[in-house]
Amino acid sequence: MRRRRALWFWVFVGPFAAGLALFTYVPLLWSVGLSFFDAQNTVTPTHFVGLDNYTAMLEDDAFVDSLRTFLVFTAFIVPVTYLVSLALALMVNRVRRARAFFRSVFFLPAACSYVVAALVWKMSIFNGVRFGLANTVLGWSGGDPVAWLAGTRPPWYWLVIVTVRLWLQAGFYMILFLAGLQRIDPVLYEAAAVDGARPGWTVLRHITLPQLRATSVAVLLLLVINAFQAFDEFYNLLSDARGYPPYARPPLVYLYYTALGQGQNLGLGSAGAVILALIIAVVTLGQARWLRLGRTDADG
Amino acid sequence: MDDALVRAGRALRLALLIVLAVVFLIPFYLLVRNGLSSEQDITSPQWTFFPKELEWGNVRELFDDPSVPFARSLLNSALIAVATTLGTLVLASLAGYGLARIPYRHANKVFYGILGTLLVPAAVTFVPSFVLVSSLGWISTLRGLIVPTLFSAFACFVFRQYFLGFPRELEDAAQVDGLGYWRTYWLVVVPGARPVFAAVGTIVFLGAWNSFLWPLVIGQDQSAWTVQVALSSFTTSQVVRLHELFVAAVVSVLPLLLVFLLFQRWIVAGVERSGID
Repeated sequence: MRRRRALWFWVFVGPFAAGLALFTYVPLLWSVGLSFFDAQNTVTPTHFVGLDNYTAMLEDDAFVDSLRTFLVFTAFIVPVTYLVSLALALMVNRVRRARAFFRSVFFLPAACSYVVAALVWKMSIFNGVRFGLANTVLGWSGGDPVAWLAGTRPPWYWLVIVTVRLWLQAGFYMILFLAGLQRIDPVLYEAAAVDGARPGWTVLRHITLPQLRATSVAVLLLLVINAFQAFDEFYNLLSDARGYPPYARPPLVYLYYTALGQGQNLGLGSAGAVILALIIAVVTLGQARWLRLGRTDADG
Repeated sequence: MDDALVRAGRALRLALLIVLAVVFLIPFYLLVRNGLSSEQDITSPQWTFFPKELEWGNVRELFDDPSVPFARSLLNSALIAVATTLGTLVLASLAGYGLARIPYRHANKVFYGILGTLLVPAAVTFVPSFVLVSSLGWISTLRGLIVPTLFSAFACFVFRQYFLGFPRELEDAAQVDGLGYWRTYWLVVVPGARPVFAAVGTIVFLGAWNSFLWPLVIGQDQSAWTVQVALSSFTTSQVVRLHELFVAAVVSVLPLLLVFLLFQRWIVAGVERSGID
């Protein structure tokens, strides 16, 4: 009986587990292996180079710069998206009329791809010449047109990149916060009202935010992981027929060009991927620990 | 006094929401406006809210343009999105059910092995995954674009959580009637779990339609381009035909907006149910 159950278990779980192993675990191990070899233009390298790829990557200014780019990007996008989506959820939750309408409008961009959003941002809103919306609006107030994506100083392209992601993602995180808000027991608010707490900051600080803790932790983790994997908007906003500008290269874009670009240096690319994966793992686990993930409300 | 304050606060909140809603809708408006404008209208330094004339001919021009295989890209995206969605639903729901309901000594270990892959950001493994797919000879094939994306630990996780809370009585009755796991699953469990299938299905469909990095890496030949790759090739190419580009973007978003509006309830339920909080 027990063996028959084990058999059935594997009938159900087996195909999925085997596919996941083949397409996640195998590439992972293969990548680690490749990173110790000189693997230019080949996937079956023979020349073992030890840690050379790693030291080469860590001494490569372009790669280190790409990590710095990511840090600045994360430092912008995580708190901003967190606050905007939380504010949207709080407002939509309390509005009386047309709640479903507002929820839909803020969530709708989630149906757009980064490619489409980047197109609108690059070719219509933040176009460097006069016919862009942003420069038209600037012109109304007498300002000079700005080359939004071409200039590095001041780095206006940050505004373009951050707003794309904000527009696409804020609604998704708003839905998570709305779900969290739905689960707060109304009794807590009634008790606060009896105690004389006025609705507003006090209630928000002492009831709503603590009750949203679990959601907040999840949202922050997702935001950081997703920021680490930023690729689509950078690639589509900044590259053109002439190639990709050296500024504003996040790690994934850099790895994409290293491993699959002209050089096809799969050994270096793999070493970079392993370094990036380690950083992500350390940050994610550290963040989870710092936010005390898994602590339930019952623990106080 | 208090009442007036509360009412003023409410009005202020509503006004702010309306302004924000307009801001969120502007990009959609620009997309459609430019898609139905002539090239001159889009690049005119004198920006106007409405285009001078609606150019419905842009749609025909897009599909007639031989330099970008747009119809082919649409077909590829549709095939990929549908196949990925169906495949993910079957594989992940079976696995989720097995993990939740079939007693097995090592079930937890298997589960943590699956969950662990969520910690491995998919985008970081794209270099080795590319190597694997290319050594299978699957570059620029639909197989290469679909098969590696079928094993979503996220979908499996959602199904497992859902089946853990699924009422046992129905299955018990089915077992008493002599149905095995297999038939119980197809005849009782799947029909009873339609909402979660719809929710996960729409999320997977949206993700598959919009994904970019993987199709960019694997779909190297034009014949294997997806809509997103085709659009991106427009923006990064030398000659940019803006009106065609925008109408292409509109065409690429329309099916999704339709899915989105039809299934929004399910998506929201699915996101809420995703167990990430």
